[in-house]
Amino acid sequence: MEDGNVNDMSGIDQGVAVTGTKMKARGVDVFYGDNHAIKEVDVDIADKTVTAFIGPSGCGKSTFLRVLNRMNDTIDICRVEGDVTLEGEDIYDPKVDPVQLRAKVGMVFQKPNPFPKSIFDNVAYGPRIHGLSRNKSDLEEIVEKSLRRAALWDEVKDRLNAPGTGLSGGQQQRLCIARAVATSPEVLLMDEPCSALDPIATAQVEELIDELRSRFSVVIVTHSMQQAARVSQKTAFFHLGNLVEFDDTDTIFTNPSDPRTESYITGRIG
Amino acid sequence: MTDMPISTAPKRSLYAQDARTKKRNRAEARFRTYGMAAVLTGILALIVLLTSILGNGLSSFRQTYISYPIELAAERLDPEGNRNPEEMASVTTFGYVPVLAMSLQAFLEGEGIEHSMGGRELAAMLSEEAPAQIRNMVLANPDLIGTTIDAQILVGGRIDGFFKGRVTMESAERDRNVSVAQLELAQVLADLGIVETRFNWDFITWPDASGSRPEAAGLGVAIIGSFYMMLVVLALALPIGVAASIYLEEFAPKNRLTDLIEVNISNLAAVPSIVFGILGLAVFINFMNFNQSSPLVGGLVLTLMTLPTIIIATRASLRAVPPSIRQAALGLGASKMQSIFHHVLPLAMPGILTGTIIGLAQALGETAPLLLIGMVAFVREYPDFLSTHSNTFPLMGDGATALPVQVYSWTQRSDPAFVERASGAIIVLLVFLLMMNLIAILLRRRFERRW
Repeated sequence: MEDGNVNDMSGIDQGVAVTGTKMKARGVDVFYGDNHAIKEVDVDIADKTVTAFIGPSGCGKSTFLRVLNRMNDTIDICRVEGDVTLEGEDIYDPKVDPVQLRAKVGMVFQKPNPFPKSIFDNVAYGPRIHGLSRNKSDLEEIVEKSLRRAALWDEVKDRLNAPGTGLSGGQQQRLCIARAVATSPEVLLMDEPCSALDPIATAQVEELIDELRSRFSVVIVTHSMQQAARVSQKTAFFHLGNLVEFDDTDTIFTNPSDPRTESYITGRIG
Repeated sequence: MTDMPISTAPKRSLYAQDARTKKRNRAEARFRTYGMAAVLTGILALIVLLTSILGNGLSSFRQTYISYPIELAAERLDPEGNRNPEEMASVTTFGYVPVLAMSLQAFLEGEGIEHSMGGRELAAMLSEEAPAQIRNMVLANPDLIGTTIDAQILVGGRIDGFFKGRVTMESAERDRNVSVAQLELAQVLADLGIVETRFNWDFITWPDASGSRPEAAGLGVAIIGSFYMMLVVLALALPIGVAASIYLEEFAPKNRLTDLIEVNISNLAAVPSIVFGILGLAVFINFMNFNQSSPLVGGLVLTLMTLPTIIIATRASLRAVPPSIRQAALGLGASKMQSIFHHVLPLAMPGILTGTIIGLAQALGETAPLLLIGMVAFVREYPDFLSTHSNTFPLMGDGATALPVQVYSWTQRSDPAFVERASGAIIVLLVFLLMMNLIAILLRRRFERRW
């Protein structure tokens, strides 16, 4: 039974029907001071789908990702215009507390950033601050489920009290994914989650992303076009702050409609 | 485009150092010598300092006492004969001097120890503090009157100095306060074990004494005063400093006003401490009418002085926490305050504690501002800091003094015995500082173990 949950989730086939739109961005502009970083971007994030953002460095894909859970709010000079909705609710409405939004739209960062606490406390932190568990056994169950979902349980179940920072890079990143999953978000944002990992750890995380798709919308920013092709169903290509093309991953990689997309995926720009 | 080499330097063997390499290596060797010389100078200065302080000061922890039977004659100490403490108190300390002197004379005669001194010269061997000691004993326990007690009492500062090497037969010939005959008798008594030099807790527990009785001067009041001031500083400066730094570093908008505040905090850290003394005098004593030389005022002034140090150290250690930790917490839906108190502050704690202890150590050794708020007072009686008599808050009533101020006032007194006392006080001060640093290291270890 140890691997039951993980195996259950991996049985989902690639061609699952897109069930609807989770997040919708319309006419989004982002400014860093005078710098116009994102220009008039429209994107729909479908539910239970992996959406990949690709593009050359500095094209704004990470910036746009951070628009989706208002992490840009923490940067003083950053200004966001346009409409972004989560299930029809405007996330930039003055009534919205970004803290509540971020509980629903979780985030995994480029560099693994576990808290300098135990593995258990890392995963339990989100549920604790959001009051998701009634008692200790509840919390332990959430931690176990999250670690299983991040395919890390078997490796760490005997040392949950060991520091999270003592794990290997790939394990740390999966721990961060487990930590993000533990708050039961609806959308999971990943900002180049594999850029600091070796190929084996990358393969593990990619497999994990595919499994996570059964429960969450996943949005992943990546530098690797192969990775986008492997894990995503939808791909958005950004260039110089513009959304050049947004389509099914297959279409983008086999039959792009914009010449810039073709140049990028064939390696001529970027 | 032919394939030309970039430069035309001749080919050289790796085994031979060229001129440039030799020059570089020489420069490096020179620099290392400078560095070692600098470190050695520092170590040498430290050794000289420690030997001079320990050499001068360690003897203040030892004191010379004389023990002989003292006959507490009833007709002198209780003229009315009714053992009424109030009437007995009318016999002043001077009334006890002949009692001690006569007992000593009788004792020496009984033991067959010969000397060529009169009663007055003999009595001068004893400390001026000794009669007060015996008087307090008698007033506390009137039943002692009429009996003969075996008491150990202080000898005078010069006799004490003789046993510590400060006073010699040669110097006694030129000294009006001590005679060669006194020293000779003291030596005889010491050989008999009647006069002995032993460890002296009273140096740490007794209050200060007047300039003519260095042998009785202690650090008790100064230690308590410094202790309470440190409590005030810790209780005020740590929370205020940490709260201010967290606000400035994490919450405050970055604009002209906060820039101005930041520059001013850095400047305040460099303001001479005596300026804070003037500020304290004007604000706390003249305007707010707090009692001068009370530990609370001293603590407040030192708090003002310590705050910039703590704020600068705290901000630096907050800044050193990697932003990825904050982002991780925010990304999980933690509020800003949760991310700071759950993650950033624990990580910054070692740095904050180090800064706080450095600030406290600075405050502990500070003299100048305390002079201005009247803490240089001569405090003969133990103050009752915690009482609320005369409608004051605890720590606001009685005046106090502090360790560095005690050092300062002792070095101003004429009797050379106070040099020894001042050095002893410096040793106590250094021990306090070492203890605080030890606490800082222990706390840092404890917090660092939380990964």
